[in-house]
Amino acid sequence: MQDYQSQKPIVLDILASHRTMPGNLLPILHGIQDTLGYIPPAAVEDIAKDLSLSKAEVHGVISFYHYFRTTPPGKHTIRICRAESCQAMNSKALEQHAKQTLGIDFHQTTTDEQFSLEAVYCLGNCGCSPSITIDDQVHGRVTPEKFDRLVASCKGNKS
Amino acid sequence: MTRVFVSRDSTALSLGAEQVAQSLQQLADTKGLDIEIVRNGSRGMFWLEPLVEVETSTGRVAYGPVQPEDLATLVEAGFLDGKQHVLSLGNIEEHPFFKYQNRLTFARVGLTDPVNLEDYLAHDGYRGLKNALALQPVDIVKHVTDSGLRGRGGAAFPTGIKWNTVMNAPAEQKYIVCNADEGDSGTFSDRMIMEGDPFVLIEGMTIAGLAVGATQGYIYLRIEYPHAKIALNQAIEAAYQHGYLGENIQGSGKTFHLEVRSGAGAYICGEETSLLESLEGKRGLVRFKPPLPAIVGLFGKPTIVNNVISLASIPVILDKGGEYYRDYGMGRSRGTLPLQLAGNIKHSGLFEAAFGMTLREILYDYGGGSASGRPIRAVQVGGPLGAYLHEGQFDTPLDYEAFAAIACVLGHGGIVVHDDTVNMSEMARYAMEFCVEESCGKCTPCRIGSTRGVEVIDRIVGNEQKQKNTELLRDLCDTMLCGSLCAMGGMTPYPVLSALNHFPEDFGLPTAKA
Ligand SMILES: Cc1cc2nc3c(=O)[nH]c(=O)nc-3n(C[C@H](O)[C@H](O)[C@H](O)COP(=O)(O)O)c2cc1C
Ligand code: SF4
Ligand code: FES
Repeated sequence: MQDYQSQKPIVLDILASHRTMPGNLLPILHGIQDTLGYIPPAAVEDIAKDLSLSKAEVHGVISFYHYFRTTPPGKHTIRICRAESCQAMNSKALEQHAKQTLGIDFHQTTTDEQFSLEAVYCLGNCGCSPSITIDDQVHGRVTPEKFDRLVASCKGNKS
Repeated sequence: MTRVFVSRDSTALSLGAEQVAQSLQQLADTKGLDIEIVRNGSRGMFWLEPLVEVETSTGRVAYGPVQPEDLATLVEAGFLDGKQHVLSLGNIEEHPFFKYQNRLTFARVGLTDPVNLEDYLAHDGYRGLKNALALQPVDIVKHVTDSGLRGRGGAAFPTGIKWNTVMNAPAEQKYIVCNADEGDSGTFSDRMIMEGDPFVLIEGMTIAGLAVGATQGYIYLRIEYPHAKIALNQAIEAAYQHGYLGENIQGSGKTFHLEVRSGAGAYICGEETSLLESLEGKRGLVRFKPPLPAIVGLFGKPTIVNNVISLASIPVILDKGGEYYRDYGMGRSRGTLPLQLAGNIKHSGLFEAAFGMTLREILYDYGGGSASGRPIRAVQVGGPLGAYLHEGQFDTPLDYEAFAAIACVLGHGGIVVHDDTVNMSEMARYAMEFCVEESCGKCTPCRIGSTRGVEVIDRIVGNEQKQKNTELLRDLCDTMLCGSLCAMGGMTPYPVLSALNHFPEDFGLPTAKA
């Protein structure tokens, strides 16, 4: 895990640029996660101080929302839709397959730090269930074979 | 120069539209084809995506579904002149799935370049706002009331009444909040509007601002919709640049500012008071009502909270008048509802129709039956809190009251189809599990009841004191129904009880009487 001292200036910058925005806590948290990939637990104190909130309040907000994470993600984040429409098109088998081939459960990251696996409840792509996202790309009608191809192409991509 | 349309809609992208657009551009560059690729919204016929449309002298000719490897033969066949090819679909607007719709709210989706303001204006855009600018607030609200429009976000509350309350609430500052948290499985109409015609939502919100005297609007957009965020921000920027947002809108002296805010993956933030808490930067805990958000809303000020489709239906109402809109529909369900066909269905997609069509018509005549070819067994309408309907209920007209009469909800118009391989005790268990996962935690029946619900269903299915546990499950559902603060806990019993009542054999219980 990275040392917070190197991340602190980024957090302070984000805080400064949101100072006059009404209801700024979520935008700040998004800003931090977009930049660092997660919200470092050590940032909570800086956020709380800046917004005149208690640390417990800030922590309470972070933990309420499924999207925010407090540990670094793998290089690629795979989200599998678990909602009804995808279930109707056999997402359960896809889930099983994904967990097995990646060797991890939801909310975990592979040991080579390539992939994090998250559950998601509907991607609005229910017309082409089952659906997953890899980073910001949505993929529809995902079979286990298509899943393997997508994962393989991530590995091939050096970026 | 020939204009060729390839969608930028998420679903089209999820099936490879981006690669098709890129390959087409490459092919055009190497072969010297004189084309302009327009990235439009989707026509809503997902089984035909990626759809490629070519503008010809005789109208728009479509091909689909197109994969990059089809492009070479398409060019050879002369698709740029609308010539025949195995993927030819002819004039897409003559396709039965498209032709028999009543596209009022979705009139431009799939037709135009979503973020091109000129294109929007050329297709009747901002005519509603123009009329609204010439009207008094009461008259704007009257059109909305006359239209019979009821909130499309779930509760079907009359939009005119809500607007009237906010209009009459005295305050220095008021807000318009668009609920774009669309978290229901099987729904994507909000997303399609935001990606396919964002200006219509912006126009609707601006009119709402004029009607009630609000100068600031927020679109609370779920984080799962990155493409919608891009399209909305592009359109908002164009609207600011051309004086459709900001100070002195079109020289009227009126002001309206608009901003997109991202949610963070909490289903409950679709509930309007929880959404407001989230916008204020807090945990999305549901507020007690009263006071209504119309009186004490965002930052304690009078606030309109409306769904995307409700707001996107405002421009056509202000353009053509409340009566025009009201003439569609049946009973107290007026106008049109964009139905969303999802799950195990052959022709999945969006079908905008006047209220009153039966579920069977939409499932079979337009939806083409199940995708697997097996019999359709259960259909959930209205999202994860909606009941499951069985075959015997498929002739129910799509109308708020007709659905309420059979203890079902239309909600946001999402229709999720399951074939006969579905196990309904699993779906009931999932409904409880979803409530465990997504409850805001404020009240006990919902927070604890859902956890108990999962356990009790497991015991029924596991043959542990079947009769006693079934009674317990019914009791528990009753407590959740009556004792919950909001519809999350209050409606989770709908899918659970409908599964238990209509499909008891899946719980290992005796079959229901016909
Ligand atoms: C648990 C729950 C989730 C909801 N999710 C949404 C949603 O995602 N989008 C929406 O527009 N309304 C949703 N609603 C309904 C809103 O609370 C509210 O009724 C609606 O935004 C009002 O707008 P309308 O009158 O235009 O429908 C939800 C309600 C509940 C109880
Ligand atoms: S019913 Fe559930 S989601 Fe609604 S207020 Fe109570 S605990 Fe929160
Ligand atoms: S249910 Fe999976 S994308 Fe909507």
